[in-house]
Amino acid sequence: MILSLSKDSLEIIKEQDVVYAKNRVKEAAVKIKMGLVNQTRLITAASEILRNMMRYASGGRCLIEVVTRGRDNGIRLTFTDKGPGIPDIAQAMKDGFSTGKSLGLGLPGTKRLVNEFDIKSIVGQGTTVTILKWANG
Amino acid sequence: MDRIPILRMGNLLLVTIQVDLYDRLALTLEADLVQMVNKTNAKGVLIDISAVSIVDSFMGRIIGNIAGMSKILDAETVVVGMQPAVAITLIELGLPLKGVHTALDVERGMNLLKSMIDDDSNDDNDQDVAEDDLIVE
Repeated sequence: MILSLSKDSLEIIKEQDVVYAKNRVKEAAVKIKMGLVNQTRLITAASEILRNMMRYASGGRCLIEVVTRGRDNGIRLTFTDKGPGIPDIAQAMKDGFSTGKSLGLGLPGTKRLVNEFDIKSIVGQGTTVTILKWANG
Repeated sequence: MDRIPILRMGNLLLVTIQVDLYDRLALTLEADLVQMVNKTNAKGVLIDISAVSIVDSFMGRIIGNIAGMSKILDAETVVVGMQPAVAITLIELGLPLKGVHTALDVERGMNLLKSMIDDDSNDDNDQDVAEDDLIVE
């Protein structure tokens, strides 16, 4: 069972908020003594999702949680937006697919960087992405 | 607005990124650098990213763009000093930075750039000789 030890909810509206959110994620990762490579993976993953949120939904919320399962500690990030939603998630998770003019690596790449990845979306209501990275995972 | 300084050293341009890149900063750098290559007739661009702890798909694309655009303007680009964690993350993300020359540190990067530029000018000389021969005949 995964327990949440601390919660920190941030509002993401401006580009500065993205920088701030990434710093807060880094602080949390350092606090649980996550290794440098895993920290880099986690922050890069957060960066991808935050960009998607800014680009397609013009902002949203980011919840940073320190979680624990037995002896493992980790960071769970939940990104919630009220954007247009993703009609075909399977397609969005494919490498190279993008409705914007990007490389289409964001979502599938993010999934490869973290231990757990979950995406839920309702067209017209918004999207929620949850990622989890264990300190030693 | 923040800007990353571009230094000129002979026919080379030198960029040291000392802050964590965010999207607008990366885009500004791309535009500034391509303008500078054109304005100064630079033959080589050296980008030092040793202080950059996060490179996500967007910034990776910008680095690739800079190399590609400079190439069209007849300048070679070498990226130096990438942190090991960043290299791991980029490959897992699915962004191998094809077509971008890299070197471990600034010194090796400089040598690589110089050798690439020398090779180019030697090729040109060979061509000139061949043309001269033709004229003689």
